[in-house]
Parts: sequence; structure tokens; C-alpha cells
Amino acid sequence: MSYLPLTENDRRDMFETLGISSFEELVRSIPASLRGVKLDIPEGLSELELQALLERLGRKNLTTRDCLSFLGGGSYDHFIPAAVSQIISRNEFYTAYTPYQPEASQGTLQAIFEYQSFMTELTGLDVSNASHYDGATSLAEAALLALRQTDRATVLVARSVHPHYREVLNTYLKGTPFRAVEVATLADGRLDRADFESKLGPQTACAVVQSPNFFGVIEDLDGMSDRLHAAGSLLVMVCHPLALAVMKSPGEWGADLAVGEGQPLGIPMNYGGPYLGYFSAARSLIRRMPGRLAGMTLDSEGRRAFCLTLQAREQHIRRERAASNICTNQALCALAACVYMTLLGKEGVREAAEMNVDRAHTLREKIAGVKGFSVGTNLPVFNEFVVRSSKPFAEVDKKLRAANILPGIDLGAFYPELRDHFLVCATETKTAQDLDRFVEALKQC
Amino acid sequence: MLISDDSRLSFEKGSPGRRGIRLNAAPLGAKGLRDRLPAHLLRKRPLVLPEMSELEVVRHFVNLSRKNFSIDTHFYPLGSCTMKYNPKVNEWAAAHPAFTQVHPFEGDDAAQGILQVYYETEQYLKAVSGMDRFTLQPSAGAHGELTGMMLVHAWHESRGDSRRRKILVPDSSHGTNPASAALFNYHVVELKSNARGRVDLDELRAHLDDETACLMLTNPNTLGLFEEDILEITKLVHEKGALLYYDGANLNALLGLARPGDMGFDIVHINLHKTFSTPHGGGGPGSGPVGVKKFLEPFLPRPLAAKTGDRYHWVTDPGQSIGRLRAFYGNSGIILRAWVYIRMMGGPGLLRASQDAVLNANYLRAKLKNIFQVAIDEPCMHEFVLTIRGAKKQGIHAGDIGKRLLDFGIHAPTVHFPLVVEEALMIEPTETEAKEVLDHFVKVMGQIGEEMIRDPDLILQAPHHLPIHRPDEVLAARKPVLSYRDLLREKMLAAEGAPVSP
Repeated sequence: MSYLPLTENDRRDMFETLGISSFEELVRSIPASLRGVKLDIPEGLSELELQALLERLGRKNLTTRDCLSFLGGGSYDHFIPAAVSQIISRNEFYTAYTPYQPEASQGTLQAIFEYQSFMTELTGLDVSNASHYDGATSLAEAALLALRQTDRATVLVARSVHPHYREVLNTYLKGTPFRAVEVATLADGRLDRADFESKLGPQTACAVVQSPNFFGVIEDLDGMSDRLHAAGSLLVMVCHPLALAVMKSPGEWGADLAVGEGQPLGIPMNYGGPYLGYFSAARSLIRRMPGRLAGMTLDSEGRRAFCLTLQAREQHIRRERAASNICTNQALCALAACVYMTLLGKEGVREAAEMNVDRAHTLREKIAGVKGFSVGTNLPVFNEFVVRSSKPFAEVDKKLRAANILPGIDLGAFYPELRDHFLVCATETKTAQDLDRFVEALKQC
Repeated sequence: MLISDDSRLSFEKGSPGRRGIRLNAAPLGAKGLRDRLPAHLLRKRPLVLPEMSELEVVRHFVNLSRKNFSIDTHFYPLGSCTMKYNPKVNEWAAAHPAFTQVHPFEGDDAAQGILQVYYETEQYLKAVSGMDRFTLQPSAGAHGELTGMMLVHAWHESRGDSRRRKILVPDSSHGTNPASAALFNYHVVELKSNARGRVDLDELRAHLDDETACLMLTNPNTLGLFEEDILEITKLVHEKGALLYYDGANLNALLGLARPGDMGFDIVHINLHKTFSTPHGGGGPGSGPVGVKKFLEPFLPRPLAAKTGDRYHWVTDPGQSIGRLRAFYGNSGIILRAWVYIRMMGGPGLLRASQDAVLNANYLRAKLKNIFQVAIDEPCMHEFVLTIRGAKKQGIHAGDIGKRLLDFGIHAPTVHFPLVVEEALMIEPTETEAKEVLDHFVKVMGQIGEEMIRDPDLILQAPHHLPIHRPDEVLAARKPVLSYRDLLREKMLAAEGAPVSP
């Protein structure tokens, strides 16, 4: 076995050192009745065989290189520069442990610090943690933080927040004294402010609003944070991080917490994971923040140094009194986001965001002119929008797939009232030819 | 010099106008951004971001990487963390575009390859653990523990038993155990271990009552010792109507040797980033699948992977499911790496891995006990704990030994844990280290043992040969600088001569 270096000679020598004659003498503390396990797992493969097997399996996946995909909805096909994967493939990064020994982890720690810097820039909030599992779990922890901070019992959640995120939030709240209350969405996809007003009450810990929301709409949250703060509640925003390069930031809207999915920042779609939950907060909430924080300090010689800090919030110090149970997070994905942001830099990040806005609006205008399809609104969007089909969506989907196009996400699967509506996403990866091909195929439906 | 002493941030490098990547940003439509988005929806606060060429960026990060220890460069005898070798074919597979370029909403028929990986990984985990069904959603061990607590709660609730608010954990448990229980609003009770580092049956009996929801246990425990009374423990807990949760952090000791399902555990989590060789990534991503016995299957998160005929698919029937634990399905890229590892090792290889992990640990224990005191000196499983409580009079703590090891190019063991051992050094060599590496470690520990007597300062000031000396962690916490903007603010305040906040 190539990963196991002990030879029979080694084992014999080690047995001798231990004064034993068989391995069994080492595991006598395991009750006999538990032994005799037969592992029902096939014999090991050679790497040659494994690679061939994996290639065969891979051919059973449809990749976005094989087709023209307009799928988004929380997982996005964005351009990733080659240098991102090259850098995160550095063995010293991906085979390193959590940087609990700062002297032996300055590389990881400084990269986390820079990642935190990027996320605070984008969100316009004071502090960012080192990462969370994904956008959905990040949101759930933000809600828990708000509940603890305000000592209240209810979380208002816009219906236009990603359906999976709302499901996860409900899972986290089930069995606790807390609950989530849904705030309606207007027919054009915007948050229903009147419904929000009617549901805001003395037990409201926070309101959770996604922008751009699940329907792609960029929300106008004018007055929202003032209203919430006056009621003693917090504003939690869920945002596509690349959109924040051009969009008014959560900090500017007066949000207290900004969370979401960092996958658009240099992380492949990977069939849903691993991704990157980002978590940013106002400084006043820092002691309740979940997850690791890298800080800048000085070493004993007075040189700049980085270390994990404010660890008194964390499980390995505080156990049951910790702010969260999170330990392992998504460090390598945060590194990918950090490298992505550094490479794109000041101009690149803005340009990439503008290209999304351009592609999505251009495509929406084109589809609006196709018979049998309508786009509902002209509200500003980032890279996604809703299309309504006069034919059953299943038929449209089938026809487009036959033309090697994935037209979008069936919204009826998440929102019964949106039967035959689908969510179309166009990122910077889409060319004029791609958009035309899609529109032509829709015309054939 | 070999390792760069440049600690400037990317934000402090580069030059205005420099680009790391060039995009063809010409709009496809007739309008510009300002015609698309009204001014009040645009950000006003300018983004402060680096402006660097591609080479500058690459050099920045590659030089950073060289300031790290990693398995591929250094030995990590890091207890409970299972820092085994991360095979390269795992990485090759996970980076394959046939798997990275798949969108989670493509539909089951478009994702048969990765669905097969999910399905088969579940079958292998069942075989290894003796459990009946797994969810692969949890993203890490602690996420699995939280899932477990939700399952415990859902089970008792389903029987109309809502009094059970108490979770028992041994005092040697990982910090995530009590934290996970508390995150779900459970009341945590710590059980004192007995003199042999195991669960004390009398202590267990004393705390076990009809308000107990669950006992969380790691086996082998964090002292590397198998709980010999495990069958009695699970019997006692079940008799009181409570459930047993298995923290699989130490499963690397048991592959093919014994299974938590056979011991009587009802729920287990498995850390794919430990036992199944997926890389730690500097702190993640990991994966913490949760397995249950048949009676808990209806409560598992949905969707679950299934196979009908030759077709793999997701089952989304709600059942009595606790709900969804994350978006989409799981950390597919990590699960794929674990699948590759299992297929490469095969059943016999996995057994051999655990046997060698146990042998390596015992060999080190036998060698090191001539230098340091072993906390509980008897055959261990995959790890063991030393104590240096005798060195306190020289002012030397376990953490200092860890720091000194760094000077020799060996990562620190887990220090000051488990909490039941004073001045603990927890050592787990794993099965992928050669005997020569272990012998070298013993030699270095011998030298450090001599230094403790001859020159304690050498240890107290360590490390001496790394990019930095010990950082001032008190300063970091007292005056948190957590971003480039914090740094700018600190600098501004300092320039104004203002007292430095906060």
C-alpha cells in the first residue's frame, strides 16, 4: 500500500520494542464481541485503474463546458483565473492545519487577514470572520446571533431569500423557543414593505433580506435599517459578493450583519460544495461572532505578526459557553476568494460586476421580445431574472436541453405560485453569441 | 534569504493602474451601468483593493505559503486531528472539470457520476461504522454534532417525551461536543473521568435520569484509550431511554477493528478530513457525514442519495425530517476525495491503516515514556497523552514544548488538551509516517528533555528559527486589528497622537 510506509521489518522491530508478538496484544481493550468485523468494501485499486474509473464516472456528469448553462440560484458559473487554482494547490496551503500555532502558520494567517479585509470592503461592515460553511449556514448563525443579542424570539425572513437558506434557518430554529416569520414578496419580486411593517413587533430580533434576492432583484432598502433599529431590531443582509462591487453595500444600507455565499469569488460550482460562507458584522457584535478571526499584532521582537484572536468566543476555550460550535470552516475556499479578489483588484472586480449587470439586462431585454415568454418587470437586477413561459416549463426545459442549453431553474419547484416561471442567470462568462443562441432556441419553443 | 521576511499586505504592494487580470469588459448591450442601476442603488463608498500584476500576486501568495508548516513539508504529531498524508490522486480527482463544472441544479440525470459517488460513499461509511443510513450534508465534524443534537431532539419529541433537556459529555470530550449541544439549547453536564481516563460508570449512573437526552462519546477517547466498558455504557444509557452519540473524530483507530454501530451508538459523525485523508486546507473545508440506526432514518435531513435500478437520484420525501442542514447536498469535492481514498485503499487497506496508526502510536509511547511521563500508561489506540506537569517548577508548560518542536521542523502536538490531564501533550503520529520519522521525533524529544534541565530559557523563548517569534496575543485581543481598514484607522489615530483605541 503506497500510502503506508511501514514494512514487515519495521513492524517486527516495533513489536520487539513493545515486547509483543502480535498486533492483537495492543487492542485487548476492545471487547471480543465487537471484533471480527468484515469490511464490505471492494479491494483497493491501482491509481491507473482509479483514474480510468473516475474518467468514466466524470462522463456521466453534464458540465458547463459541454453545454450552455443559464443556471444560477446560489451557485454561479463565474470566470476563475488560472492563478487561483495554482495558488490554492500549493501544498503548504492545502495540507496545512488550522493556524493554532501562529509561528508555523503566518502564511495562512496573513491570507485570512487579507480575506477578512476584502469582505469588510465589499460588505462595508467593520469585521469579517475567517469563513463559515456556506451561505445558508452563515445566515442561520447570523439569525442566532441576532436572537441572542436582542434577547427576542422572532426572525423576519423575506420570502425572496434563497429557499434552501430559509429551510436551513428553520432547521436551526426547530426545537428552540425561536421562530422565523415570512415576509411576503410583491408580484414584481420586491420585498413587500407593508407586510414587513405589519409583522415587525416587539419580539423581532432581526429582519433578513436578500439583495439581489432569489428572483435577482436588487432591493431598495431605503429607511429599512432606521425602522428596524428604532424597534430595537437588527438588519441582516444576504448578498452576492461580486454584486457588492457596484451595489450599495450592507454597511451603507445600515445593516448590522451581512452574510452569504462567497462561491462567486473564484470557487468552482463543484455540484454545490465546498463553498464559502462569509460572515460580516458591525463592530458592536464582535464578541458574539461565530468562527475564527485572524488579527494583526507584533511578535516579541516587535515585528508584524498575525494570530487567531478573540478566541474566548470559541468552542475549544469556552466549550458550552462558546458563541458557536464551529471549528473546521472553509479556509481553503476563503483563500481562493482572497486570491481572486487580489488578482482582479480594484478595476477587475468592478468590471466583472458590471459585465454581469450588462449580460443579465441585455438578455432580459432580448427574451422580453420572444413570443411566449415574458419577463414581468424592468427592475434593476445583478445577474439573474425571472422569465414566465406560456407553455409548461418542463416542455421548454426539455426542448432547450435537447439543444444543449440549460435554460434556468424551475421556480415552481420552490414557489407554487410561480408555476412555469424560471430563473435565468447570465454571468460575465456569457458572450453575445451565447445570448443569441439562447434566444433563438427559446423562439423555437 | 530563503523565506521572505516581507510581511506587507497585498494592499500595501502594487501600484495604481496595475492589473492582475484583464477582462474584455465592453458591454454587450447598448446601455452602461448607470443606465441600468439607479444612483441610489449604487455603492458610494469606494472599494479599497490592491492593484498588482499577476506576477506580483503570485509571488505574494507563494511567499506566504512558504511561511507555513504543512503535512507535505513537515511531520504533524497532532493529537485528535489525524494529520495523515493527503494522496495526490484525491486532488487530481477533485480538480477534474467533469466534477468541478457541475451545477447543483442540473437535475439528477445530468449528474449521475457525482450522485454515484455520494451513494457509494454512503455505502462505504455504513460498512465502516455499522450504521444504517447516512446524510452527507454536514460540512464539518461540529456541523455533524449539531445535526446529531437535532436528531436526538426530534426522536424524543416524536415520542412525546419533551422533558429530556440534558446532554452528558465526559470531561475529556472535544470542545465542540458541549458547544454543539449548547447551540441547540441543551443543558450540558460533564462527567468526571475515572483514574484510568475512562467513563466512570458510577458517575454515569449518578447523572443518568429520565431528563437525559443523550450521551456524547468519543471512542477511543481523547486520551487514545478504548472505552472497555462501552457495552455496559450503551446499555445503561439505553435503559434510561436516552440515545448515544458517537463523535467520530478518532475513528481512524478502528477501521475494520470495531464499529460504533456494534457498540450500541445510535448516531455517529465521521470526519472525512481526518479518517478519510481529505486535506485540512489550513482549517477547512471538511465534511462530517452523520449516520444513524434504522429507527432514526425518518428524521435525517433530506434529500438522501438513493439508487433505483441503475439510476442514482435524490429522495426528497419529507418524512419526519429535521430539515436541511446546508444549501444543496454536501461538500461534494471533499466527498469525492474520500471516495477516491476508499477505492484506492480498499477494505483490507483501511484495516491496515488503522493497525499501523495504532502501532505507530504505541511505538512512540514506548519510546517517549523514557523521556516524559505518559498520562495513562497502557496500550493506546491511535494516540496517547504525555504530561509534563513535573516541569512547572522551571516555568515550562506543554505549549512551550510545542513551540520548541517547531524549531526542529516538527509541528507541535495538541497541547493543554484533553483538559483532564495537566500540562498535556497529545500525540497522534498516524499510519502514513515512516519509522525513521518517529525515531527522529523521539531523538528531538530527548534533546528537548535535556534542554528543559540545562537551558529552560531556550524552550521558553522558542521558536527561534521561524519567520516570527511568539506573537503578542494579548495585544491582538486587547486592540483588535482585523482588517486593512482597521490598520489604516490605527495608523491615522497614531499619527494624530490620539490614544490608540479601543
